[in-house]
Amino acid sequence: MSTASLIRPVAMAPSLAHSLRIYSKETKYEFFKLLRAKSFSLSVISFPVMFYVIFGIANRHVQEGSVDIAKYMLGSYACFGLIGAALFGIGVGLAGERAAGWLELKRASPMPPMAYLFAKCVTAVAFGIIIVSFLTMLGVAFGGVSLSAHELVRMLGMTIVGAISFASMGLLLALVIPANAAAGIVNLIYLPMSFLSGLWIPIRFLPHWVQRIAPMLPTYHLGQLMLNIFGYADAASMASHWTGLAGFTMLMLGAGWIIFNRSQQNA
Amino acid sequence: MPAIAFAPEIHTTSARPTTAAPLQPVATLANVTKRYGATTALDGLSLALRPGEIVALLGPNGAGKSTAVRLLLGLISASTGAASVFGSDPRDPSTRSRIGAMLQVARLPETLRVREHLDLFRSYYPRPLPMEEIVRIAQLDGIQGRFFSQLSGGQKQRVLFGLALCGDPDLIMLDEPSVGMDIEARRGLWQQIRTLADRGKTVLLTTHYLEEADALAHRIIVINKGRIVSEGTPSEIKSRSAGRKISCRTDLDIEYLRTLPSVTSVERNRDTVVVTAGEAESVVRVMLLQDAALSNLEIASPALEDAFLALTSSR
Repeated sequence: MSTASLIRPVAMAPSLAHSLRIYSKETKYEFFKLLRAKSFSLSVISFPVMFYVIFGIANRHVQEGSVDIAKYMLGSYACFGLIGAALFGIGVGLAGERAAGWLELKRASPMPPMAYLFAKCVTAVAFGIIIVSFLTMLGVAFGGVSLSAHELVRMLGMTIVGAISFASMGLLLALVIPANAAAGIVNLIYLPMSFLSGLWIPIRFLPHWVQRIAPMLPTYHLGQLMLNIFGYADAASMASHWTGLAGFTMLMLGAGWIIFNRSQQNA
Repeated sequence: MPAIAFAPEIHTTSARPTTAAPLQPVATLANVTKRYGATTALDGLSLALRPGEIVALLGPNGAGKSTAVRLLLGLISASTGAASVFGSDPRDPSTRSRIGAMLQVARLPETLRVREHLDLFRSYYPRPLPMEEIVRIAQLDGIQGRFFSQLSGGQKQRVLFGLALCGDPDLIMLDEPSVGMDIEARRGLWQQIRTLADRGKTVLLTTHYLEEADALAHRIIVINKGRIVSEGTPSEIKSRSAGRKISCRTDLDIEYLRTLPSVTSVERNRDTVVVTAGEAESVVRVMLLQDAALSNLEIASPALEDAFLALTSSR
């Protein structure tokens, strides 16, 4: 009994199969947890859909030079939607779990911390893809948008890239923002930043001062990369946008890492 | 003053066979100090947990109980000194797979069902308990399918207890485990904790319910302001601090009674005298010899509350 339990060998590090099982269960439950939370899943899907219907679908078959407005809006609202999914799903979700003491219980368990972060990231990507798919279906069915298979695949690829990039921002926000203010603060950052990046109204229709500051915003860079798939990007090179987005992601991860380590030392 | 909290002799209970080799402690804090800026949460504290024992950590708010538990769980690291669990660093994942923890968590993700929470936690461990076993021990029968948000306070606590059991751990740490439970659920939990200890598991629990420490613990460690104030079995703690109360009807003079050795206080209420003394038997022996007409003799152990308050208020 007691001696038997004492001489039991110390558990080995988890095998690959065991790790895969942990990662897949963590991801599965994270996804369903968010999907079932109606306040999250309904709003994060329906807001971009609503905006697209009002601003995009209403403009079907309207051309602005060589630009099909409904298609342009599909690109920009796809960005708006996937960014929201990442910031709210991770930013608000993680902040709440931290405040409730839930994260601490998971840290005390043998769960590999990477599994937790991986699950949150993959879930953000999944929601991004769901939102973009919805918008695409609406655009094609009701907005008169024509999309080649190649463009669609590139769109989904950019969705994945963007979701991961803004997931890193979500992580930083979760570390920094107090949980009960999280939703409000995320909105305060997300909405103006999206607007000033031309995701609601194309940047060329916004005042000059906005056009000047837009390149400082990661949402602008993602928007340009997405629109470039349809050939609707502004004049600047794509390389500058990739650099901007990558630099932003590194900054978010770096700052998050520093803050996390500092909180560990003070813990 | 800091005191080493473990005694060299080994407790045995009827359910465990005695072994020839001395049992190594399952977990230790060795002269640990933990500072948060200007505040010292733990000050040179040492303790050891032995296999199969239930240890209760008692102390007022801010005493350092949660800090001690967090150190043993590897959630924080000590400013000086070391925490060791199963001979290694508690932050090691292989060590973590032998520990179960029940912390004060405000809420679990509410859109997951009870069985989904258990399923996920079970996946972390190499040799988890079967789901039915966890459900049975944590008394979760019938509510496995419910969402966490649909549970009562006591049911939520039972889920947290179930999560602590998922990995069939050898060391279980329970932080205020019966908060929000009704009497029946609390008694059920106590029974399960005793069963765990009988099977050779080690349990460390922090609690404000002194009745719980009294009922469950083989050993109580009283801490205050980051130091150990007293340590011993529940009866030792009770007798050590407040002494026992002797009440009887006697004509003996209370000034005389005050002079008897180990007497700490004497009160007279008409013809009944209440004498508080550390060594009650010696005092009673003297009183019976001095007053042949002494009657209505009662000797009472103090409530654990009194012992606890006495220990923690003066330091």
